Amino acid sequence: MSVHDLRQPHDQRVDQFFELSAIDARELQVPRSIGQRLWDQSAIRKTVILVLLVVAWEIVARLQNNPLLLPSATDTVYALWNGLASGVLLARVSASLNVLLKGFALGAFLALALTTLAVSTRIGRDLLTTLTSMFSPLPAIALLPLALLWFGLGEASLIFVLVHSVLWAMAVNIHAGFQGVSETLRMAGRNYGLRGLRYVAFILIPAALPALLAGLKIGWAFAWRTLIAAELVFGASSGKGGLGWYIFQNRNELYTDNVFAGLVVVIVIGLLVETIVFNSVERLTVKRWGMVR
Amino acid sequence: MSLALRKRHVLGGASLDREAFSPAIPSATASMPRLSVDNVTLEYRTRQHVVKATQQVSFNVQEGDRFVLLGPSGCGKSTLLKAVAGFLTPAEGSIRLDGVTIQGPGPDRIVVFQEFDQLPPWKTVKQNVMFPLVASRSLSRKAAAQRALETLEKVGLSRFADAYPHTLSGGMKQRVAIARALAMRPRVLLMDEPFAALDALTRRKMQEELLALWEQEGFTLLFVTHSIEEAQVIGNRVLLLSPHPGRVRAELGCAEDSLHSLGSEATKSRTQTIHRLLFENEVAA
Repeated sequence: MSVHDLRQPHDQRVDQFFELSAIDARELQVPRSIGQRLWDQSAIRKTVILVLLVVAWEIVARLQNNPLLLPSATDTVYALWNGLASGVLLARVSASLNVLLKGFALGAFLALALTTLAVSTRIGRDLLTTLTSMFSPLPAIALLPLALLWFGLGEASLIFVLVHSVLWAMAVNIHAGFQGVSETLRMAGRNYGLRGLRYVAFILIPAALPALLAGLKIGWAFAWRTLIAAELVFGASSGKGGLGWYIFQNRNELYTDNVFAGLVVVIVIGLLVETIVFNSVERLTVKRWGMVR
Repeated sequence: MSLALRKRHVLGGASLDREAFSPAIPSATASMPRLSVDNVTLEYRTRQHVVKATQQVSFNVQEGDRFVLLGPSGCGKSTLLKAVAGFLTPAEGSIRLDGVTIQGPGPDRIVVFQEFDQLPPWKTVKQNVMFPLVASRSLSRKAAAQRALETLEKVGLSRFADAYPHTLSGGMKQRVAIARALAMRPRVLLMDEPFAALDALTRRKMQEELLALWEQEGFTLLFVTHSIEEAQVIGNRVLLLSPHPGRVRAELGCAEDSLHSLGSEATKSRTQTIHRLLFENEVAA
């Protein structure tokens, strides 16, 4: 068959037109079942996971039957309740949070300052990359003895190690965020006549907010870890210790259920901050603006 | 017309020296081009080379012009526009706005970019239009909001004033970008292939709307495109640039060509002329 034969001499097809009837609007949107919509809520899915974990813990603890090594979930809840009721646990939590927030805020501020310097000058960028690659791998706890030597037994030493643990991780994230800001957006900002700090504040920071928030989250987790570990090592400052100290003390006295209660508090605070603080901030900002799904 | 424009000029918050200058010599203002590009050579640096993007390009844009820079890719038309916007400094020659040499970017020359991400996603449509007005301290927040709403009305986006950019279609985003530029009442409106990323139907509609806005507002426009048809439709004058490096091949008037004259002989023959001027060397080679 030659190419010629493929082309029909007379196309048999005719032009066609269709009348479109109105469509019932209800057919276009069908509601989904309540069960499906509930399962769409991540809070509900996460709660299910938590409940399953607790049940598994309870089962393992019952089978072990050795509360000195592994207290059951119910024992832990009981110890938690006692700790909260006596006020000891709350005092410890507030002592920890107090130091934590100070160190976290100072670290976040320094990270922002350092990255602002890094985006405005080439030498600032070199400073940032050199410092982060030097200090980022250094565990904060390793600096603790030095901090104790310099600042003595007290809050200042804790804040020093906290800043160290928060600063570098956050600086790396924020800097990556700044560098990811699109060229068009940068030009638009300069086109409006924005320069220097105003340019950073009105263009770079909001445009890099997803990375900034990720940095804050990582910083927060690092801060918690470092703080609890530091308190485990040197515990109380001026008579009022934090959560790490609470855990350490109770382990020494073999109150394992109290140790677990302390750990649960650490976990719960972490979950609360993640879901309430960070998720709300994200919902109000980057998710609302369509920058993050 | 010229009085109205001068009034707009005052409102636009242009610098004082120009303000003092223009009323003093009215005849000079009439003849002096709004924008003059004089023997401009532009270079950009790669790791190994200094590449010449344009070589000794000269042209003048008069007040109220719709001046189009047309050429194939690699002719440096976008680079020229960026230089006018102040993002690049010429290696040779000078660019003057109302007789004053351009030093860096400024809100008297607002750019409409091709990319949709030119609108800060953290601002609503209205806030986006207000942003340059407030950032450049041209207007108070309240006056800027007022001006933003008026301008959004003109581009038909009043209903979307409180929407965030990510909820808009590409065409609507470009309308916001145009509204944002118009609200500033810039001395020159710069457009860098603003409709190139749109589908053909939307592009046609946007061209019509832009011309209608020009009828209403009488702004001065510098427009970059690689489409001959778009150049003829949008422009009243077209500068043809040859590629590698960009040099001026011709400057033509095409005020008679419009969306309605695309089938006419005159327009078709001009299309042919432009096509020949742009591509004859390639055929020979």
